[in-house]
Amino acid sequence: MARFIMRRLLWMIPTLLIVTFLVYLACRIGWNPEKSYARINPRAGKKRIAEFKAANGLYEGAWGYVRGYYEWLWKFVRGPSNWPRAIKGGGEVWGPLRYSIFNTLRLAGTASVLGVGIGLTLGVVSSRRPGGWLDTVVNTTAFFVGGIPPFVSGVVLQLAFAVQWGLFPAAGVYPPGQDGFDLPLMLKHMVLPVAVVAIQTIGQYSRYMRASVLDVSSADFLRTARAKGLPERQVLFKHSVRNALIPIVTILGLDFGQLIGGLIITENIFNYPGMGEYFIKAANDGDFPRLLPFLVIITISVVLFNLIADVLYAVLDPRIRLD
Amino acid sequence: MTDTSISVPDDTLAREGLTATTLSPGRMAWKRYWSHRGAAVSTLILAIVLFFVLATPITARYGINEQVIKIEDGNNVFLSPSSKAWFGTDDIGRDMYTRLLYGIRTSMFIGIASAILSVVIGTAVGAWAAMRGGRIDNLLMRATDMFLAWPFLVLIVLVREFLGGVKVLEPIIGGKTSIRFVILLFAFFGWMGVARLVRGQILGLKEREFVEAARAVGASNFRIVIKHLIPNSVGPILVALTLSVIGAIVGESTLSFFGFGPQPGENSTSLGNLIGLSREAAKRGDWFLVAFPCGALVLLAICINFIGDGLRDALDPKLDSGR
Repeated sequence: MARFIMRRLLWMIPTLLIVTFLVYLACRIGWNPEKSYARINPRAGKKRIAEFKAANGLYEGAWGYVRGYYEWLWKFVRGPSNWPRAIKGGGEVWGPLRYSIFNTLRLAGTASVLGVGIGLTLGVVSSRRPGGWLDTVVNTTAFFVGGIPPFVSGVVLQLAFAVQWGLFPAAGVYPPGQDGFDLPLMLKHMVLPVAVVAIQTIGQYSRYMRASVLDVSSADFLRTARAKGLPERQVLFKHSVRNALIPIVTILGLDFGQLIGGLIITENIFNYPGMGEYFIKAANDGDFPRLLPFLVIITISVVLFNLIADVLYAVLDPRIRLD
Repeated sequence: MTDTSISVPDDTLAREGLTATTLSPGRMAWKRYWSHRGAAVSTLILAIVLFFVLATPITARYGINEQVIKIEDGNNVFLSPSSKAWFGTDDIGRDMYTRLLYGIRTSMFIGIASAILSVVIGTAVGAWAAMRGGRIDNLLMRATDMFLAWPFLVLIVLVREFLGGVKVLEPIIGGKTSIRFVILLFAFFGWMGVARLVRGQILGLKEREFVEAARAVGASNFRIVIKHLIPNSVGPILVALTLSVIGAIVGESTLSFFGFGPQPGENSTSLGNLIGLSREAAKRGDWFLVAFPCGALVLLAICINFIGDGLRDALDPKLDSGR
């Protein structure tokens, strides 16, 4: 197992280098940092533009892209204090980025624990009696919820619960003017965004889990377990659910990107200062030094989550022996 | 009964008052499709929507940029639904119902065009990868996995900026806000899922006896793919086509919601543009500007999902529909 993980970790290095280089190229060509700089600082003279180009390694030509990438990567690896400064405002990049990551992780953690937990439970419960009333209700609801894009449910929930009935705050982490940490207030602001993402996740995972449990329900090992005289509860949790979870884990790892994608949309609706807002603002400014670390962090986490899914898959499935 | 009826001659059946009708596979699929209640109702709804959307000279009540009430005759903005404007009016007094019809038209066009493109490209690439196998196949699937694991919105904004930044491409794919650009952008994203699906299908089919037989009589790889493998996987491909349509429509709405969508020009609009307006409307509390465009999108999404479901059941008789 250790060797497998080591090999996969080593494979991550070339993958990351290739992908981040592509991301670098796309950012350089797509957002054209020089032009964004001139647009955001309209009064900057030739000298300041040249300084900006030197600080960011914006060399011209095909070879210049490679050299620029190499210099950028070297600065990136040496830590946040060496990262080039933002175009807009000229401040440090890492501070706001870290703040947004923590805000998003808080949402992502809550929403995925709630969503996956409730979704899997509903899936197991509804698969107990396929075609029963509970199964029908869960399945139909999941089908309809699956058809609703997150920004629609976000706007609708905001309109209903925040604007019309005033039950929950419509935007932000704290009300304006609030200083310091206040848990109940923070939780209240998290309810609606978490609900949007959790509803989506519940719908998805209840369907996956139901299908997966039904898939293993006719397996021989379940008959054996029952024939041994195991109590039904033990058959369900030790044999049926555990085996049904194997494909789910893979989906979970691959779905990380989807989760973050859903959050980016949701955060924007609720003006929540997370990675979504960070990204959309930086993209609108064409702010190359702010975009690149964000995209690289996303890349690393996507690759890492794929790895975790692979490893968990191996841990859960007794048939897979890696060494 | 079914077993015996085959061996019994026709006149025997007729004497007993029984008639045996033989159905071609196509007819059987057709019958199965219409017996799927959700799919049948959805097809009907979609047909009605399509009629309303295409017959705008009859169905639209106002011109696309026409104001319901002249501004000199009193307030005409953000009017609640009434007999004058069924779905209310927008920020400059235009009829929401009329604009919705025109918007759905544009979005349907984007959805269908990009779905067809992505299915054609995806089928070609998937078939090629499956027949070719080896390193190219491996590399292609790795790249596809990587792409699909990324957060959708981040990736699509990145690719959009990149494609928009390459000046050489502009005469071919159009500017960043043109309809053509958006269609090609979604085709660029859509083909990967289709390619993976087609590859899986063909890998499963290509070792079967009928392919071996075709090869034995000297059919070329190309002929086998075109005449045998693709017709045999037409079911999943059709399902993928329907789901790509709604994928692109939702994608267009998502992009427009964040201001990255197409600008269809003066005398046109898109569903995404209308939904983009709902964001501010929700904060003001104008429920009708949220409910109708979002409702239209959700209706389309659910109908097309049902149709995909019905097609899946109709075209794959072996598949248990789960009900």
